[in-house]
Amino acid sequence: MNLRERLTRLRYNKLPDHLLGELLSKSWADNLVPFVFLVVVVAAFGILLPGFFAPSSLLDTTRQLGEFLIVVLGLTIVIIGGGIDLSVGSIFALGAFAALCVIYIAEGPAWLAFLAALGAGALFGALNGFLVGYLRLRAFLTTLVTLIIGRSIYDILITTWGTRIQSSPVWNDTFDHIGTGAIWGQPISALIALGFALAAHIVMSRSRIGWHFTAVGGARRSAFNVGINVRRTIFLTYVVSGAACGIAGFLFAARLSGVGPGTGLGLELAALTAAVVGGNSLGGGRGSIAKGLMGAIIVLLITNGLIRMGAGTGTSQLIVGLLLAAAIVLDVRWLKNRHKVLSEVYVAPLHHAMQPAQSALPGSGTAYALNNTLASAQAIALGTVEGPEDVILDAADNLYAGTRHGEIVRWFAPDYTRSEVFAHIGGFPLGLAMARDGEIVSCVGAMGLYGVAKDGKVKELSTETQRSLLSVVDDARLRDPNDCDIGPDGRIWFTDSTTRYDAHDWALDSIESRPTGRLLVHDPKTGKTRTVLRNLRYANGVCLSHDGQSLLIAESWACSVHRYWIAGPKEGQLEPVIRDMPGYPDNINRASDGTYWMAWLGMRTPSFDLALRHPAMRKRMTRNLPQDDWLFPNINTGGVVKFDETGAIVGTLGDLGGAAHPMVTSMREHKGWLYVGGILNNRIGRIRLPDADPNWTSWNSYWGGRA
Amino acid sequence: MPSNRPLLRIFTQETIVLLMAVVLFAGFAVALDGFTAPANLLNIVRSVSVLGILAAGMGIVVIGRGIDLSMVSIMVVTVAIQLQLLQAGWSLWSATAIVAVITVGLGLMNGFMVAYAGVSALFATLASSAFVFGFVRSQILTQDVIYIPETAGSLLWLGKARLFDLPLDVIVFLAVVLIALVLLRWSRPGRFLYLMGDNFQAARTMGIPVRPLIVASFVASAVLAWLAGIASAVSLQSMNTRLVNSALLYDVVLVVVIGGIGLSGGKGGMRNVVVGALLIGILLNGMTILNLPNIHQNLIKALILLGAIILDGQLNPRDEQTSQQGDI
Repeated sequence: MNLRERLTRLRYNKLPDHLLGELLSKSWADNLVPFVFLVVVVAAFGILLPGFFAPSSLLDTTRQLGEFLIVVLGLTIVIIGGGIDLSVGSIFALGAFAALCVIYIAEGPAWLAFLAALGAGALFGALNGFLVGYLRLRAFLTTLVTLIIGRSIYDILITTWGTRIQSSPVWNDTFDHIGTGAIWGQPISALIALGFALAAHIVMSRSRIGWHFTAVGGARRSAFNVGINVRRTIFLTYVVSGAACGIAGFLFAARLSGVGPGTGLGLELAALTAAVVGGNSLGGGRGSIAKGLMGAIIVLLITNGLIRMGAGTGTSQLIVGLLLAAAIVLDVRWLKNRHKVLSEVYVAPLHHAMQPAQSALPGSGTAYALNNTLASAQAIALGTVEGPEDVILDAADNLYAGTRHGEIVRWFAPDYTRSEVFAHIGGFPLGLAMARDGEIVSCVGAMGLYGVAKDGKVKELSTETQRSLLSVVDDARLRDPNDCDIGPDGRIWFTDSTTRYDAHDWALDSIESRPTGRLLVHDPKTGKTRTVLRNLRYANGVCLSHDGQSLLIAESWACSVHRYWIAGPKEGQLEPVIRDMPGYPDNINRASDGTYWMAWLGMRTPSFDLALRHPAMRKRMTRNLPQDDWLFPNINTGGVVKFDETGAIVGTLGDLGGAAHPMVTSMREHKGWLYVGGILNNRIGRIRLPDADPNWTSWNSYWGGRA
Repeated sequence: MPSNRPLLRIFTQETIVLLMAVVLFAGFAVALDGFTAPANLLNIVRSVSVLGILAAGMGIVVIGRGIDLSMVSIMVVTVAIQLQLLQAGWSLWSATAIVAVITVGLGLMNGFMVAYAGVSALFATLASSAFVFGFVRSQILTQDVIYIPETAGSLLWLGKARLFDLPLDVIVFLAVVLIALVLLRWSRPGRFLYLMGDNFQAARTMGIPVRPLIVASFVASAVLAWLAGIASAVSLQSMNTRLVNSALLYDVVLVVVIGGIGLSGGKGGMRNVVVGALLIGILLNGMTILNLPNIHQNLIKALILLGAIILDGQLNPRDEQTSQQGDI
């Protein structure tokens, strides 16, 4: 390696580029922009306004925040439910008026005033909910009209009763205390708002109705199809919003002990801006209470801060309009391009220098030289099976294979023309192994480790392992379980190929070439799964050695095979067996003569080997080209390799024409035949092995005939 | 709703509204003294003309399945700037030229946000309405009400000018309606606008330049808002920026919806604007003669608008299977 390549290696292998994509793919990543904005706003006003952080100033701000926040949170819930409520300003004013009427005209207690405000708000919200939810009117225009109706009613009421409220001699201590008092140095209204926020958060994130709100907002038709009462759910969002405005109006009335003609005017625009600036998507389904909270603080701080800096009439409209437009444009663009940005940023290739390999060309004279044996394989289930990644046979010679439809299909001996769906698991069943009692254990891509009993009953064995401390992606989930084998003690050893990509995106992992594959072990006795090895370049096939002391593990993108000792003096050690093969290894299985079969899912090419040493080029490729034009490893040709305990190659099988078995992902020897599967193939092949033991079966080799 | 029975086919929303206008007119004529006096009739037409010009602009946007909530804001702001420039001693022509550029710019801004940034028209124009007014009021204007300066004699003269005994704003309204009618009916962009409003995806697929068309419709509504502002300013000799907070915008939406231009787009035309404007004009005039306070008038108008929206929702129901997610 020259200096330049060393620098490249340093740059791409030491800097954690992959973290950016992993952070962006987190669902909380949407909160980052509003959060950073909030910090900037607080910092900016802290510097620009002297005394911004003084206790008296903060107290005043939080008091206003209390009322505003409750309104914003109500609106947030409506927005998450896929609607919008522009009448919040009017409901707020009517709620405040109702509270004042109870206190100053009916001379009632404070709790009754609270109930009156809440009831008035909820009632008005129910009107909105009826119109939008049950009559299915357009939320925006409808609530715009109810905004005017509410405002007109309020104006009429205030001209009739306003003077009586202002001149009332009633003095209600509780009411005033709620408005201007404080507990633990915090204004009561802020504490109420905090309690409201907490309750709303729990309801939205933990309760059935909260999930229904999100479901209806996210996909109305799907929500209807799964049986959610969509109309009632929408109705309820408006009732909640109305009630929230009522509470906020009550707090406002208690703080000022009066209302004017301008109460709540323009509140709808400020609240809407707050909800959207916080990151709640208009159109529903994406949003949270935390986002509403951030938005409310941002908008209140900016408008209050500007007023204190002495800005004139119209400034708050200027700012709110600008913020609203910017936030909506950002939201629309982000929603539209999120997956594009993610897919561009997510792939973070590493520098990986592959060592030169021996040729596998026919007639090259090397041990790897492929022949044309597989071309003449007998085809089983030709054209009726899709994606038999792995194959296995039982004591009655029946053949099993997983398919891309998430099924394990059984073909009946002796001619394998009749078949049935043995079990439906889902996902994509990949590697198979057979336990002592005949149970089939399968690594199901995108799901986990599953067991299928002899009667076809599916049992989940494991879908997670322990979370590592510092990983950003959730590596507790099994993302791409690939192959498994069972130890003499019944423990199931299996590989999870990558923590970075979903099972169907496995080819992207080859472009990145980042070692994130793992070897795991599941103990059926305790039901626990443990991560044994990490940092494998696409951990793939795993096979228990003939003596049961060690495992052979194929590392696909490193083109090597390792031995991991699970018993004996070397227990826990990892040692290399084969290095720098010309093909990408897949599953490994035992052969009858004490050696091992290994599948090659593809062949190395000089071009891709070169590309692996140029991570910048691969990065540009993934960003600038459509996926169809990317340089992938060659998976159009492969083969089967046989090797012994020392790693020496003792034989190969290939299909040079590529018509029958271009790529091979697994093979299983059974009674003198070799059964061949391929994840992209439309058949299972079998060839007779002339020199093999005609009575040898894999199950016997593992369990020695002891049932 | 279209029906096979010819008798029912006559009862479209347009004819119903026209009938209501006639009935209301007859009722007021009998019940109210002086309602049918020529001066009052002129009043009705006059009060309708500014509203009608605005409604024509709104109608164009709504036909293309949009809505422009920034019309009143644009109307106030453009005329206010123009008058402020005149007060600062600019000539009428240069002030008009500058404001024309600003007006087109505002329309372009709305159009780009909707067509190219993909923001829903409701939110785009709601935001731009607040921003435009907030910006101009806080940065450019010094007071709430701006009067036409004495130096701008030609503008003052326009307010008093009469053509066929009709005030100029009525003439402008009729001219706007006539031009818009011709354009919508017989010009290519006009027909495309209907297609786009009727089925946006289909229009886009068949190669109609939908994005430029959206931008054009918002520019048209901005220009008409400016025109309405001029018409209002020359008759009142001033522009009151507090108009932004009034219910004028809702009156405009009311005229469009009542007249029968469905909010789902692709329906109606300038005839509906005239009919809707007449009904609202008669209603407002009658309520004013009845001496109803403004806030009661607002309540009545809002209730009528709510009824119209409910009716619109029943006549043009939203299809659950094809309605877009987030179409609020």
